[in-house]
Amino acid sequence: MAKVLLEMKNITKTFPGVKALDNVNFQVEEGEIHALVGENGAGKSTLMNVLSGIYPYGTYEGSIIYNGEECQFQTIRDSEKKGIVIIHQELALVPQMSIGENMFLGNERGSKNAINWNETYKEADKYLKMVGLSESSHVLVKDIGTGKQQLVEIAKALAKNAKLLILDEPTSSLNETDSRALLDLMLEFKKQGMTMIIITHKLNEVVYVADKITVVRDGSTIETMDKHSETIDEDRIIKGMVGREITNRFPKRENVPIGDINMEVDDWTVYHPLYTERKVVNNVSLSVRAGEVVGIYGLMGAGRTELAMSIFGRSYGSEIQGTLKVHGKEMTLKSPREAINAKIAYVTEDRKGNGLVLSNPIRVNNSLANLAGVSNRGIIDKDKEYAVAMDYKEKLKTKTPTVEQNVGNLSGGNQQKVLLAKWMFTDPDILILDEPTRGIDVGAKYEIYCIINDLAASGKSVIMISSELPEIIGMSDRIYIMNEGRFVGEMKASEATQENIMACIIQSGKGE
Amino acid sequence: MKKYGDLLKKNAMLIVLVLVYIFFTVRTGGQMFQPLNFNALITQNAYVYILATGMLVCMLTGGNIDLSCGSFVCFMGAVGGILMVILGLNPIVSVLLMLLIGVAYGCILGYLIAYVDVPPWIATLAGYLAFRGLGTKLLSSNSATGSISPFPETFLNLFSGKLFATPIGRMNMPCLICGIIISVIVVFVNFSARAGKVKKGYEADSMVSVIVKSVLSVAAVMLFAYKLGMSGGIPTALIWVAVIVLIYSFVTSKTVLGRYFYTIGGNKETTRLSGIDTKKIMFAAYLNMAVLTVITSYVVVARFQAANSTAGTNYEMDAIAACVVGGVSAYGGSGNVLGMVIGATLIGVINLGMSLTGVEANFQKVVKGVVLLAAVAFDILANKKNSEK
Repeated sequence: MAKVLLEMKNITKTFPGVKALDNVNFQVEEGEIHALVGENGAGKSTLMNVLSGIYPYGTYEGSIIYNGEECQFQTIRDSEKKGIVIIHQELALVPQMSIGENMFLGNERGSKNAINWNETYKEADKYLKMVGLSESSHVLVKDIGTGKQQLVEIAKALAKNAKLLILDEPTSSLNETDSRALLDLMLEFKKQGMTMIIITHKLNEVVYVADKITVVRDGSTIETMDKHSETIDEDRIIKGMVGREITNRFPKRENVPIGDINMEVDDWTVYHPLYTERKVVNNVSLSVRAGEVVGIYGLMGAGRTELAMSIFGRSYGSEIQGTLKVHGKEMTLKSPREAINAKIAYVTEDRKGNGLVLSNPIRVNNSLANLAGVSNRGIIDKDKEYAVAMDYKEKLKTKTPTVEQNVGNLSGGNQQKVLLAKWMFTDPDILILDEPTRGIDVGAKYEIYCIINDLAASGKSVIMISSELPEIIGMSDRIYIMNEGRFVGEMKASEATQENIMACIIQSGKGE
Repeated sequence: MKKYGDLLKKNAMLIVLVLVYIFFTVRTGGQMFQPLNFNALITQNAYVYILATGMLVCMLTGGNIDLSCGSFVCFMGAVGGILMVILGLNPIVSVLLMLLIGVAYGCILGYLIAYVDVPPWIATLAGYLAFRGLGTKLLSSNSATGSISPFPETFLNLFSGKLFATPIGRMNMPCLICGIIISVIVVFVNFSARAGKVKKGYEADSMVSVIVKSVLSVAAVMLFAYKLGMSGGIPTALIWVAVIVLIYSFVTSKTVLGRYFYTIGGNKETTRLSGIDTKKIMFAAYLNMAVLTVITSYVVVARFQAANSTAGTNYEMDAIAACVVGGVSAYGGSGNVLGMVIGATLIGVINLGMSLTGVEANFQKVVKGVVLLAAVAFDILANKKNSEK
């Protein structure tokens, strides 16, 4: 048996009013990849923050034994000195600085008073090579893609002499190819003897990369599965996470008759807002009928969001060509307001960035896109507004004490419900849902799926954009496959499998 | 206990205001409590209330400020002086002309900020420099002393002096009656709001707290009415301030437009994608600011009875300070008119108190600076504590 590198014993961490971690025990052996899984708010990140000294010794109970000695970290620096390096979900790079500068930020090479730039860049290049990046370390971080930025983060961690690397949702903003490359890199590091902890929601990644999987639920570690002693698949992990077996990850659709075409887009081409030569969406045609859920599958960067936003009142793109018909009538929608009036709703993938006003209560967010619905001659009827918000809270089962709660205080799943409620209140016929279940836990996902099915059952047209294959196949009636700005395939859900969808994408790539 | 803690935090600035007032009253041996000083508090600070109302709206949209308003007050004063005193135009016509110029400036400023995307502090820094120069130039080339006066009586009466003036020391009845009317309205609003909430089954304050709140507000209103009555009547400037404060209090809390000022400050992109023309709203904020600046210039010129080249110096800073002390977020998205009024009054009380106790002018600035910093730090810390919970 390998040596135990890290042991966290009886860790309890309380926040005012909440026990975030309750007597947690967690063990990592040297040279393994250990996955931490659990629903949002289960306590994974808190546990890692305790480990890395973000929550200093004394603010929690229990002990951390690393490499045979008991540790009492006061700051992140203390843990980094020991070789414990955490890479957070949000990239911590300064975009306007070069890769080299970023890599040694806070860890500068040279003497006390002056930075030795030659050494900085030489060292940086060395670490870049280790993570398989061919870029020069003089390149600015903003000029490389997110996938490469994530690799720079890892190189930065290596430069700190990491022995135990903690990756918090490393692939959440990467597309499938980059994700896979990153996971393979992790496996490569493992061969070289590095120990890693990965936190992720993507269970297929867990299955692919992890040796051991520890499930965290409600602030406690529930169980640790060992890949070498049992076969582990996604269902097995989900069972551990939610504490019950989810026999059906997708709710059954009632057989609703599908109606007429609600919206039709023909030969739609959209140009990039800055590089006006570049076509982001290239000659796309699609249609959606009443009562139908249409999936658009594509990797990140395929142009899905851009397509959706350009339809939604030209809120993206410099020049847009093509025709848009709503209820059979050709329309030019020049602003989000006109799109809303044409009964189109775009539910963004980025609920924090451009979907919700986090500092405002649920009530305000709920009516933001349709204040006319709760006001009279420009004066808001707050009682009515309150009633509307309460109504949606009940309907969508949003978990919150009151609708006066600021949206920023809600969990991801509940925020998503508020976002859906906001757009449902505009009474749309066509809903474009962009990654409606991103970053939310399994239980909340199921509830969102139910809402989507209800919407379709009530005769709405739903376009669902997603980069999760099982979700697209499980939820849609019909699927469009998008790659590099173009639709490269269309199939009925009954014919779709993960394999033939991926085949579509690969084939289209070869055609170039 | 938590309830009292919340109550305390919610009304922290109000409590500070009362304490500071009592402190200065004691220090000045009751002088601070004299009717005359109540009057001074209003007339000396009228400009802050009006400018800070406009500044509040700008700040709501994302911590945006207007640096040009102080200089613009000076410039508009000079324009007013030329129109009314030099050219001898009808005061009412002059006032309207000035308003027109304000609207024109507001449109240009709003256009540059909202549609050309010039950062507000740069666009208004230009105005800060240019209008001070223009104003001073206009004054010096039209008057040997650099100051234009006398302004016509009609104009002065419209924006300064007292309504129904009576000799100082005798009770002014209209003032007292106004106080009683306002008290009745306040009590009625307090109780009917609670009754409405109870009827619809919403969470409402307890009866006791409504009664306490009503008693306290009536006491404050009547004290004010009494003191102003003894000082010889309602200052005309107070009417202007009250009307503006009431209108904007309504606009920011009850209207669709007001809501958009807040949500833009909270998240501009979300607001845009919710079908709102965010550019138009930004434009409106700065147009509004210019209009309120012109009204400020009326009040300021009328109070000094002359147009001076030093008029409006640092007014923009006073307005920003009033907002920030009054709990308006420096990042936008939160704050309200009532808070701003308390903030402005607090600064006014500190100013007046320090003058009365003979604190040196330079030291007064130091104190104001410290108060400002403390208020913002307090606000940020309180919010941090909240979010950690």
